[in-house]
Amino acid sequence: MTSRRREGVAGETLRFRYDGRDYEGLRGDTLAAALLANGVRAVVRSGGLGRPRGIYASWTEEPNALVQIEEPFPEPMLQATTVELYDGLVATGLGGRGRLADRPDPARYDAVHAHCDVLVVGAGPAGLAAATAAAASGARVILADDRPAAGGCLPDTGETVDGVSGTTWAAGMLAELAGRPEARVLPRTTVFGYYDDNYLVAVERREEGAASRERIWRIRARRVVLATGAHERPIAFAGNDRPGVMLAGAARAYANRYGVLAGRRAVVFTTGDGAYDAARDLAAAGVEIAAVADVRRDAHALDEALAVAGPLAGTEVLTGHVVTGVGSAPDGSVASVTVSGPSGEREIEADLLLVSGGWNPVVHLFSQSGGALRFDEELHAFVPGEAAQAVEVAGAARGVYTLAGCLEDGVATGTRAAEAAGFRVPPHPVPAAERVTALPSGRLWLVPADDYETHFVDLQREVTVADVMRATGAGLRSVEHVKRYTTAGTAHDQGKLFGVLTSAVVAHATGVEIGDLGTTTFRAPYAPVSFAALAGRDRGMLHDPVRVTSLHGWHAAHGALFENVGQWKRPWYYPRPGEDMETAVLRECRAVREGAGAMDASTLGKIDVQGPDAAEFLDRLYTNMMSTLKVGAIRYGVMCRADGMVFDDGTVMRLAEDRFLATTTTGNAAAVLDWMEEWLQTEWPSLRVYCTSVTEHWATVALAGPRSREVLAGLAPGLAVDAASFPFMTWRDAEVAGIPARVCRISFSGELAYEINVNAWDGLALWEAVVGTGVVTPYGTETMHVLRAEKGYPIIGQDTDGTVTPADLGMDWVVSKKKADFVGKRSHARADTSRPDRKHLVGLLPEDPGLLLPEGAHLVATSRLPEPPVRALGHVTSSYRSAALGRTFALALVSGGRERIGERLYVPLGGDPVPVTVTHHVLYDPEGARRDG
Amino acid sequence: MLLIPCPWCGPRDEAEFHYGGQAHVAYPADPAALSDEEWARYLFFRDNPKGRFAERWSHTAGCRRWFTLTRDTATGVFESEAGA
Amino acid sequence: MRDVPPQPERLWTSPEPKRSYDVVIVGAGGHGLATAYYLAKNHGVTDVAVLERGWLAGGNMARNTTIIRSNYLWDESAGIYEHALKLWEGLEEDLGYPLLFSQRGVLNLAHSLQDVRDGVRRVHANRLNGVDAEWLGPEEVKEVCPIVDVSPGVRYPVLGATYQPRAGIAKHDYVAWGYARAAAAMGVHLIENCEVTGVEVVDGRAVAVHTPLGRIAAGKVALAAAGHTSVVAETAGVRLPLQTHPLQALVSELLEPVHPTVVMSNAVHVYVSQAHKGELVMGAGIDAYNSYRQRGAFHVIERQMSAALELFPVFARAHVLRTWAGIVDVSPDASPIVGLTPVEDLYVNCGWGTGGFKATPGVGWCYAHTIAHGEPHPLAAPFSLERFTTGALVDEHGAAAVAH
Repeated sequence: MTSRRREGVAGETLRFRYDGRDYEGLRGDTLAAALLANGVRAVVRSGGLGRPRGIYASWTEEPNALVQIEEPFPEPMLQATTVELYDGLVATGLGGRGRLADRPDPARYDAVHAHCDVLVVGAGPAGLAAATAAAASGARVILADDRPAAGGCLPDTGETVDGVSGTTWAAGMLAELAGRPEARVLPRTTVFGYYDDNYLVAVERREEGAASRERIWRIRARRVVLATGAHERPIAFAGNDRPGVMLAGAARAYANRYGVLAGRRAVVFTTGDGAYDAARDLAAAGVEIAAVADVRRDAHALDEALAVAGPLAGTEVLTGHVVTGVGSAPDGSVASVTVSGPSGEREIEADLLLVSGGWNPVVHLFSQSGGALRFDEELHAFVPGEAAQAVEVAGAARGVYTLAGCLEDGVATGTRAAEAAGFRVPPHPVPAAERVTALPSGRLWLVPADDYETHFVDLQREVTVADVMRATGAGLRSVEHVKRYTTAGTAHDQGKLFGVLTSAVVAHATGVEIGDLGTTTFRAPYAPVSFAALAGRDRGMLHDPVRVTSLHGWHAAHGALFENVGQWKRPWYYPRPGEDMETAVLRECRAVREGAGAMDASTLGKIDVQGPDAAEFLDRLYTNMMSTLKVGAIRYGVMCRADGMVFDDGTVMRLAEDRFLATTTTGNAAAVLDWMEEWLQTEWPSLRVYCTSVTEHWATVALAGPRSREVLAGLAPGLAVDAASFPFMTWRDAEVAGIPARVCRISFSGELAYEINVNAWDGLALWEAVVGTGVVTPYGTETMHVLRAEKGYPIIGQDTDGTVTPADLGMDWVVSKKKADFVGKRSHARADTSRPDRKHLVGLLPEDPGLLLPEGAHLVATSRLPEPPVRALGHVTSSYRSAALGRTFALALVSGGRERIGERLYVPLGGDPVPVTVTHHVLYDPEGARRDG
Repeated sequence: MLLIPCPWCGPRDEAEFHYGGQAHVAYPADPAALSDEEWARYLFFRDNPKGRFAERWSHTAGCRRWFTLTRDTATGVFESEAGA
Repeated sequence: MRDVPPQPERLWTSPEPKRSYDVVIVGAGGHGLATAYYLAKNHGVTDVAVLERGWLAGGNMARNTTIIRSNYLWDESAGIYEHALKLWEGLEEDLGYPLLFSQRGVLNLAHSLQDVRDGVRRVHANRLNGVDAEWLGPEEVKEVCPIVDVSPGVRYPVLGATYQPRAGIAKHDYVAWGYARAAAAMGVHLIENCEVTGVEVVDGRAVAVHTPLGRIAAGKVALAAAGHTSVVAETAGVRLPLQTHPLQALVSELLEPVHPTVVMSNAVHVYVSQAHKGELVMGAGIDAYNSYRQRGAFHVIERQMSAALELFPVFARAHVLRTWAGIVDVSPDASPIVGLTPVEDLYVNCGWGTGGFKATPGVGWCYAHTIAHGEPHPLAAPFSLERFTTGALVDEHGAAAVAH
């Protein structure tokens, strides 16, 4: 393999494999540089047309050389121009689609928040000058740059600053920043999104050995300086996709930064002076410059200057010429270039065609920030216009293209930004660079031709000028329509290089000015970002916090299976060896109905409501009256939203005249507290009430079953537990198992039952004491659900769905008729909420007592199902096997259900609808005889 | 990510806040006295302007206070407005 | 990639607006264009202008994630969405336009026991409504979409899913262009860059619209302006229960086919499909606050990515290529508002929130009927403005897949 490495370039050798062949490169190479150094020109084959494609650019603007990383871990679609070479890299060229790994990504990803006074994006000459000037004021400065090394274009151009090489100068600037304690430099960090209020996001590709592979920076900046440079612009001409066609600046970068020659004999095709610098460097490096085709007819001054001295002495400059064709070698790469102009048409042998159609300032972040763009008629480019945020643009990113100009602009902008952030910048010298004067650039987007089928405007999507013209011919006028019709600009590079050119072609085809037509929208991210980087650490168990009670360890050690309820892990049931779920739950149910069971109820929300107006406050929020509750007593309560639909339920206990403890459902605890706070703060600020979440302060053990009194008596000898001393719906302070506790006599199963609340730290001791009595069976949420359903108690969120009123649940008794108002009351009087055929909560008994109806099954009136659509009468909300009833049963919301009690309805389950009987929703102990044990 | 000026805590990231929609929609003094139409207006109808909008925020991950701000829904820019 | 189907040589022309039309439709998105098409085709009403403030179908039509399904919970919703799906099934032929309509099915994942109950409930409701629906266990989910992580050890394991095989995706732009082309061919005027700045109401009747191109008289004015509906309706003195929010979406680079269906998850909040070219198309919830700006906040995207990797660990090294946002008009019950208004000859079609694309043919059909006859199409009748007064809401929060 031919080496295209310049003589004298040396370094650590790295081995890599590309498209199945082994190569060597040098540390510091990109994959693209290493491929070019090995003489690999056609690096990919395009997806649809199968045309060979080469390397077009030298950094993130690359539109062509996409690769799939195979080893060390598969990663789809990266640009060969940005992949830093490493030993053992295995990659293949990608003409079409990338491929995802079929195994988990072992890497870690991270995120970090940062605040600064001045964020400088881009560490080129302007950015470095801006950052050092701003940092000199003592301001907190972050300088982020997407390259591994600072300097921007300086290593590409080899220009000198302050009399030293550009790279040396850049290193000096970094050293200066390193001495500023408030300055932070982030290399390999691409700022890819510019959001509201100067919130910018960046991704840092971290070096090997770092704690994470990639890290997202979330930066809030007082001021932002965008020094993002400019991209050289391609030109649309026939065959402009051939390997060997390359941006002039890119070829210069390969020669100067990497010591790699992209060809042996080059033709230069340019609209301005910049390409001459590239040609001069390449000529000095040993590339033969066959000719320069300069579209400007008035470029004679240059012509004469070139003839006199320097590496380009004697080079033929063809003014007023354009490239009209590219001849190809057997591998499809450039073999000759046809130029045409006043001198006629000539075919020139060459393996490299350097293109320079001018420069496009990199305005992506500025545009994302909301800033307006304007078309500059002298620069022939879109440049930043009016800003929408606290941002300034420096250097080439706003069309300042000379090194001296960029340095000057950088210092001025950095100074301005720091001062706008409230800092004083000491006088700061402007680094010195050679001042050059340039001729005005020409403007050429498109080389006219009869046939535009190989004038490409998007290399990945294989869109040509002909395609664009088909779109405009179909009647499309908006550049957005043309983009969507042709797919130009939608590929991996998102039109970084060719987007403006595409706009120009549309403008040309429709006879409007490009400045009036505009561009497609610049959207985040500026460069692709991996999903994994954005997900960061919020994966697996950290995706959402896991909440566990103080008894969790015991449950896990005793074989409990868990149910996710909101963020909580709740014991679902406790299977014994050999038991399936059904057996275990039936056993737990029987234990509670016949003996005693204990459940961890700690996850129920608990809100301490106190203050002189607490009673009044609760009266307004609950449907029933709370102010009449006696201290020491407990009342069940329901809350509705203002629309009258049930929102939550729970018990309220009065601890003192001015203090209540309200419990909520597990999943709604935060929502109920927020609800209370919202009403208090925004509607009733005159009420003197304070609400505090105390959910996690308490461990709660529900002790239920006919033997629960005996168990409690044993554990709390000081507590009078007889029904008269400790009646239903009251609470007592007591010592239980030697632990200070608040014991409530409430029941969610219909059995004699208690809830014992202790400090969360003592929860495990209490639980072990309760279970340690030997007569108490631990039970989980499933058993709790069965027991409460037998009693017809609804679970909010299971038997309700946000469309159910208390009356629908058969809970008229919980809705106060005395109160003038409570939240939701007015809605109950609306036409729809007072309809008689609303869905009521009822019980269902399948006629086959062994048939368990699926929860969610629907009810119809007829035993034969007509053709759809069939209007359902309702649906099954809860369905269980009941140990107590010795059969299956269900709860359902059924239209006019209370009037249907005793009726037979049908549940379609696939075959013939199965018959069920509608019953009252309380199926077990309707008289409430078991409550007192 | 908006930077929301909490009157109690200062400017904080949007992610710390809960949005409360249009401000200054008072709970009716006597809901029972309202017609269904009037009650529906209170329940469901809120301003939705493209432009200045007085809106409620709650600093749920901070001081947990509700407060009112005016923001331009066409530009995203907050004006300062005192009071809860 | 030259893999887009051949496009017609002629799409639509850009005529100068006339001074008067029988019907002026405000908004040339999918709904406006489909409405114009069915007005012409089903009702012979061709003196129609569709006015668009920007470029045709450049709003939510150009920004949605193209999911099509009809597996909604309530009968009212199933009625109109299933009508839409049936029309989708013949739409390419009807319009003579390749829409890349692909019935690859949709999975709505369940991650909690309550999700399972809700899912099973929806399956049973769907079947009674003639909507194809199945309940799948975790292993069956894996068969339909092998890359979903159904292992029990994750934070919110997949406990099952509803599956609608007839659901799918289509190419949004082509749908809009197909309707535009067909409507234009029947004489409908499509006028871009013509923002309606006001609806003129005389004696309680809408008589014209005002635009930068001048006053345009109208026999009937029909709004189809999505996120901007409130603004236009207000000029006619009509107040609607809408709030306008940004909704973000994103795509990855082109990838080899890995994802054969559409997956939506409410609890682990994301929805994902892989478009025909190979890019992953994803969305999540709306941004919380009212906004008319087509941009959202980045933490919403980050959250969406962590959700995506919870469900699809293989996506780890895929890349986000482009993000964007639309602005959606959200109603109190997450169901649309379609029908008449207190102003005579002024019609509204709005409140579709995040669900508008899939309804395009169905709503176009019903809205055209409503406009032509001056009374609601039976399938649109439940979605009247009146329901907010009676309380007869169609609460689809559970089915909307985004947390309003």
